[in-house]
Amino acid sequence: MDLTLRGVVRRFGTVTALAGIDLDVAEGELLTILGPSGSGKTTLLKIVAGFEFPDEGTVHLGNSDVTVAPPRSRDVGMVFQNYALFPHMTVAQNVAFPLEMRRLAKPERERRVAEALALVELAEYGHRLPRQLSGGQQQRVALARAIVFKPRLLLLDEPFGALDRKLREAMQLEVRRLQRRLKLTTLFITHDQEEALILSDRIAVMSAGRIEQIGLPDDVYARPGTRFVADFVGESNLLDGVARSGAEAEAAGFGTVTLIAPAGAPGARATLLVRPEALRIGAPAAGLANRTTGTIIETVFLGLSVKLRLRLGTGLELLARLPLRPSEPFPLAEGDDVPIGFAPEDVHVIADAGR
Amino acid sequence: MPAARVATSVRPDPVRARERTLLLLATPALLVIGVLFVWPLLRLLSMSVADGTLVQFEKAALDVLYVTVLWESIEIGLIVTVICLLLAYPVAMWLVQTSRFGFILGMFFLLLPFWTSVLVRTYAWMVLLGRSGVINRALRDLGWIDAPLPLLHNRLGVLIGIVHVMLPYMVIPIYAALLRIDPDLRRAAEGLGAPAWRAFARITLPLSLPGVFAGCALVFVITLGFFITPALLGGGRVMMISMLIEQQVREFLDWNFAAALATVLLVVTLAVYAMLGRLTGGAGHAGR
Amino acid sequence: MPAARRRQPGKFALGVVAGLVFAFLMLPLLVVFPISVSSASYLQFPPPGFSWQWYVRFLEDVTWVESAIRSFKVALLCTALSMALGVPLSFALVRSRLRGMRLADRLVAAPIIVPNIIISIAIYSLFSKLQLIGVWYGIAIAHTILALPFVVILVSAGLRTFDEAQEQAAMGLGATWGVAVWRITLPQLRPSLIAAAFLAFVTSFDELVIAMFLSGASMTLPKKMFDNIMLEIDPTIAAVSVMQIVLACICLGAAALFGRGVVPGTPR
Repeated sequence: MDLTLRGVVRRFGTVTALAGIDLDVAEGELLTILGPSGSGKTTLLKIVAGFEFPDEGTVHLGNSDVTVAPPRSRDVGMVFQNYALFPHMTVAQNVAFPLEMRRLAKPERERRVAEALALVELAEYGHRLPRQLSGGQQQRVALARAIVFKPRLLLLDEPFGALDRKLREAMQLEVRRLQRRLKLTTLFITHDQEEALILSDRIAVMSAGRIEQIGLPDDVYARPGTRFVADFVGESNLLDGVARSGAEAEAAGFGTVTLIAPAGAPGARATLLVRPEALRIGAPAAGLANRTTGTIIETVFLGLSVKLRLRLGTGLELLARLPLRPSEPFPLAEGDDVPIGFAPEDVHVIADAGR
Repeated sequence: MPAARVATSVRPDPVRARERTLLLLATPALLVIGVLFVWPLLRLLSMSVADGTLVQFEKAALDVLYVTVLWESIEIGLIVTVICLLLAYPVAMWLVQTSRFGFILGMFFLLLPFWTSVLVRTYAWMVLLGRSGVINRALRDLGWIDAPLPLLHNRLGVLIGIVHVMLPYMVIPIYAALLRIDPDLRRAAEGLGAPAWRAFARITLPLSLPGVFAGCALVFVITLGFFITPALLGGGRVMMISMLIEQQVREFLDWNFAAALATVLLVVTLAVYAMLGRLTGGAGHAGR
Repeated sequence: MPAARRRQPGKFALGVVAGLVFAFLMLPLLVVFPISVSSASYLQFPPPGFSWQWYVRFLEDVTWVESAIRSFKVALLCTALSMALGVPLSFALVRSRLRGMRLADRLVAAPIIVPNIIISIAIYSLFSKLQLIGVWYGIAIAHTILALPFVVILVSAGLRTFDEAQEQAAMGLGATWGVAVWRITLPQLRPSLIAAAFLAFVTSFDELVIAMFLSGASMTLPKKMFDNIMLEIDPTIAAVSVMQIVLACICLGAAALFGRGVVPGTPR
């Protein structure tokens, strides 16, 4: 393991920012810490970077204990939210800074700076000042500066937030390619679940100072372990249910839901998750094990798909997402009463219904 | 002090280490301020009650001369504040809305006097205002007057000199306050049908009040303690409390009485400043 | 220029008032120029003829030159002291979250509003005990109290606009905090530092009241001027005044050109 956190606790007065974090990041892996603001992800980042120390627990980088090591001796490259480029230094001087701090000889320094700038496709920009670059270019400089000294760990702190959508997507893919190519162990902090799903090898979802779930993007999305994760990652229909005998549950406002396996001991509470894209509307709903009817109360066109808000007779609202084919006009309209259905295998049961 | 902390952990804490470093950085300066400002000040103030009684204050309060001087200082402070306010507000407004060139020129006119010694400026006013000074000379040559106007060695001269020194102190806070006002607010008000003067009275003026109060506090308080200008321009006919204090120390060597007068001046100064400072919401303070 | 915008009478009136106030502010500074090159042996206006005699007299009079040199020394030492104390203090005032720092903030600014005469006699009484009367560095030390608030105000303002993440970035890249401040923070603070240094210099160079009490026989330039004004008005004072105004011009110009915070409201 390249980065290992064990039982990390951090308190600020009476507030517990981190309530016991265990985390392992494997060599060459890109692990994302995903969470809303206030979930403790920034504190976690500061503890890994060395700007703060944990009250309890340990932080290891490789085999060395860096729990209370100052930032400069950790060998962690970090890309800041607003890049924190040094405005009074040229791009090349910025990238050379960590090498200078490590007292590398000048020729070696220059060679490595050129190499790093070439890697981020800014070979020609060494003599410019940061403010003479575009946002995307500035971010590449920040990235070059963070990797030029071959750190053991790369930290990315919401680095795409300041970019517009198109550029953001391009940079995400570029960072991903670079990270794979250089086999950089990377810890990526974000509140953007879409970004997390695109970039990560694994995702750790944080809430209230704890890691709610850690797993592959696919796992986290399709099989969330808690209601919070289901709600935070992607859009969802969450039904409050009670397990019945056999592979069935009773969902409030919906009725009996057929599952592929029992939801728990009969009478146990469970949350049933049905992703909006799993709902079938109109003719395709026929023949599915779980069926009802409802009224379309809102349609939102999103380009490749359309989002529908539906209200059942019981007052329960459901969200559906249907693919759009450019060749066919969309057949449904607001106010239509439509059949709604979903298959038993599209229902994910979250046992923890405590919340 | 840190020993009192309950030992939840014995780990070094970078946040606390940082606070320690910062405290260390502040220490030399705070020590100097303590030794050269706070300590001498307290020593001086304590001299006023050195004989164990309030007799020095009694002397100050009962003698008509001293009460008159204190009153005259306050009066001059008030007049200067009002004149500065009336002159400074239009200047600040002009600075906010003028072109870049006008702004630079205006700031130069404002800041050059500010950076020039008070003594030089006071001397120049003596040259200008004297009996055979530049102004009287010019007016006589023009045939507008027969006898020289009494411009110097009286309250008028003192007022002119002090206003000249204090004007930048009034313009700059008001200018800063006006600059903070979003010009869209006034445009919005005018767009909603308010005539320009009403937009000024309802939007600009109230929003600039913190700057006005800050400027007034600064000007009144500094004027109250003026020494050089009234000493030179007043020609012995205008007495302000600073001059009285100086006289007690230098001529009569009456430190205890000087200390009592200093205490009175300091209390009045701080009280006025605190009062007006409350109105500014801290805008007059060194902070933001 | 103003004729072009005469359409708005309000604006035009403002311009007139501002122009009059600026004339009032500049008048005394301008009037000493002609007097300083007067050929008359006493104060006369307009001057009957041109002459450099008063500048020559200044340069030939040892007491004038000595007092000018003394003032320079005092102002330089005061600048060095107030920068050395004020810059670190500004870091603490801006960055620290200790509650006491807010009090310290007020305390540092206090000498601006506490009347000079009070500060002067308070220090005078202390320094006479310490036998620091009549020594030039005693004056410089005392002036530091007056210059410190200006240094702290300008440097703190500069520091507040500085993004601290840059220091963290530098530390993450291998620098100690000291190196980060030296290489990253201070270079970017340079405009504020320049402005602060010039203002500290001018504050000390022009100061009279403290110098009156502390200088004894070894006078600073303002003290010598004051005595001269009290005794006799001869145009030597005008020549000295012109030199002081030129010096103020240079300091203000340098501080405005290379500095920041001198001209309020124009952050760059």
